[in-house]
Amino acid sequence: MRGLPQLLSRAKRVRVGFSASEPVLAIQAGILQPDKFTQKFVQIRGLKSSKVRSQAPLTAVDNTDSGKQLKQELEAIVGPGNVSSGESVVLQHGQDEGPHQGKSPDIVVFPSSTEEVSEICKICTKHNIPIIPYGTGTGLEGGISAVDGGVCVNVSKNMNKILQIHQEDFSAVVQPGISREMLNQEVRADGLWFPVDPGADASVCGMCATGASGTNAVRYGTMKENCLNLEVVLADGRIIHTAGIGSRPKKSSAGYNLTSLFLGSEGTLGIITSATVCLHAIPESVAAAVVGFPTVQNAVDTVVMTLQCSVPMARMELLDEVQMKACNEYSGLSYPETPHLFLEFHGSESEVESQTETVRDIAADNDGGEFQWAVQQEDRTKLWTARHRAYYADIALRPGCRSLTTDVCVPVSALPDLVTATKADIAEHGLVGPMVGHVGDGNFHTMLLFDPADPEEFRKCKEVANKMARSAIALGGTCTGEHGVGQGKMVLLEEQFGKDGIDVMRQIKGALDPQQLMNPGKVFSRN
Amino acid sequence: MALKVLVGCKRVIDYAVKIRIKPDKLGVVTEGVKHSMNPFDEIAVEEAVRLKERKLAKEIIVVTCGPPQAAETIRTALAMGADRGIHVEIPLDQMDTFQPIHVSKVLAKLAEQEKVDIVMLGKLAIDDDSNQTAQMTASLLNWPQGVFASKIDKTDAGLEIIREVDGGLETIRTTLPAVLSADLRLNEPRYATLPNIMKAKKKKVVKMKPADLGVDMAPRIQVVSVEDPPVREAGQTVSDVDDLVAKLKDKGFSSA
Repeated sequence: MRGLPQLLSRAKRVRVGFSASEPVLAIQAGILQPDKFTQKFVQIRGLKSSKVRSQAPLTAVDNTDSGKQLKQELEAIVGPGNVSSGESVVLQHGQDEGPHQGKSPDIVVFPSSTEEVSEICKICTKHNIPIIPYGTGTGLEGGISAVDGGVCVNVSKNMNKILQIHQEDFSAVVQPGISREMLNQEVRADGLWFPVDPGADASVCGMCATGASGTNAVRYGTMKENCLNLEVVLADGRIIHTAGIGSRPKKSSAGYNLTSLFLGSEGTLGIITSATVCLHAIPESVAAAVVGFPTVQNAVDTVVMTLQCSVPMARMELLDEVQMKACNEYSGLSYPETPHLFLEFHGSESEVESQTETVRDIAADNDGGEFQWAVQQEDRTKLWTARHRAYYADIALRPGCRSLTTDVCVPVSALPDLVTATKADIAEHGLVGPMVGHVGDGNFHTMLLFDPADPEEFRKCKEVANKMARSAIALGGTCTGEHGVGQGKMVLLEEQFGKDGIDVMRQIKGALDPQQLMNPGKVFSRN
Repeated sequence: MALKVLVGCKRVIDYAVKIRIKPDKLGVVTEGVKHSMNPFDEIAVEEAVRLKERKLAKEIIVVTCGPPQAAETIRTALAMGADRGIHVEIPLDQMDTFQPIHVSKVLAKLAEQEKVDIVMLGKLAIDDDSNQTAQMTASLLNWPQGVFASKIDKTDAGLEIIREVDGGLETIRTTLPAVLSADLRLNEPRYATLPNIMKAKKKKVVKMKPADLGVDMAPRIQVVSVEDPPVREAGQTVSDVDDLVAKLKDKGFSSA
């Protein structure tokens, strides 16, 4: 890759907290309204600032009568210890793990029950104040940024119970404070597991809100295939159950599919206060394999052929050579720096053996290198820890940098072309962009690294990301496979759906949230 | 010569649970609290199962000393691959006074009765952190001990064990029979799968009492009190470095 050694050796200062230039980048990226600090900074730098949004946010909550009154009304619902306007608290609740600078809410509340959430929404509706649901804050698209200020409803801190586990029915009902790893800890003794595993240990309800997915989707599905019912609180405080009250059958033809509507709505239609999710049987036998290829094309061809042979792969992950280098350095591995496929096979012992044989042959036909195996739990864990730590390994490639993580998904047949075109684009722009993909779903991510102090580099990253998304849409894919739209992809969503498609979404939102209070500024614009 | 392995496991409060002290300050709240198999015992069971998979062991007997609820712990071990179980039942209200010395006597008796070659235990239980049972059992049996094992291999003469010690790793060789205790890095235990959980329901579990093995339950240790660590005091914000230095001097941390 051109310029890679120079890029990697650039001296970097270690970033602590948020650097001053981030608001600038965000403004230039058209995402953020400038707050007072940024306005001053922008003035000094003589840069243009974007328009301030129309809905005036609450400011200095403790210094205005309306702010104090709101705080009192909220305290009456959740108790005084569960309302905060403290600087560090609101700061934390406006910033997720993505590259975009988030805006802090004015107040954070920590309800302990669905009824309290309902009362909070009624108060906010009465005073016309934005409502932002908050789970674990591990999103990547700025979904929790309080663009118009408002009340952030942290539903994970106190609402953290697993309400029901139904072993024989393979389902569980959880509150927002239960993360996917917590759920797995609980059910594994029953021989069950919850297979949706995005990189972060995210809240299961939050995963419903973003329509999350992970490495197991190729066989076990995404959140959409693993959610049976949602309990949702609407902006006006009404509490509904999207598949019926207490319903958890495997299938249903009853009424509109509201579960599908709220799944992936990113907090713009309501607050999810509990989710009924599917569990699966822990496979009898699990084997993991790793095989290197001379080019990405070879690796992707292997994936396509494997799927066409109907091998029920549990995981098929592509790591390109840049990512392999990062993983080697970060996790102390010693793989050759070429594109690799990380594979996992689930089934009975004999099934796993025969699946592995089939894929070994396909890989060899595509110039695959040594086919490395692991069967023991700790060896497989080591393999997958390296993959799950990919993001942090990438950041470690250039200490002090942040990453713009892209997320597109295309039909599998279009994958080879898109991946190779993207890699060429990254090289052309002189960026470092390790690539990791759930290639079995046609979904891949590039971690485009940028120096937070270099707005030009961020601009280039955005350019590559947008180009990739537009190519994906043109190839019959989607601008976001699993991370959601948040703020950063609103324009792309319009391109994907066309005006009429987005207008239907606007109409639905208008019906459920007429005052436009639920998580404003996300997914699509008001008009 | 395929070995017979006796694995001990203990039902303890789950490691993720927030512990609360009982009002009488003589113990912790256990009622209604999630329990599971001691994590080090899971590692011990896993190692025994792997010995069987490597054809070095021919039979795994899992034993627990605990209340009726401990039957679940045995089932988990059977689902992981143990062959049969022995449940030495201790009434729930006597669990507080049932101590490592009693467990060691039970295990020593069972090891002799069942004529096992290896007694495999977790290095400690996460509720009492005693780290005594393996050592006392070895002493009662007059068998060699390989405790804090992070790797176990069979040799012609017996076993080669790598132990995790403060200074690093120590390799020892023992003859058989021997008592071993599992340390954290020995292996990563498997999850029980549904087919194995179903098979485990059919495996035999024998119930008995400590008296059946001639073990007297009188406690040797009396717990005087159990208390929370002192509550952390609020910090003090200082306005500047001079203020900080002055406060440090006041509290006697700085003489300068």
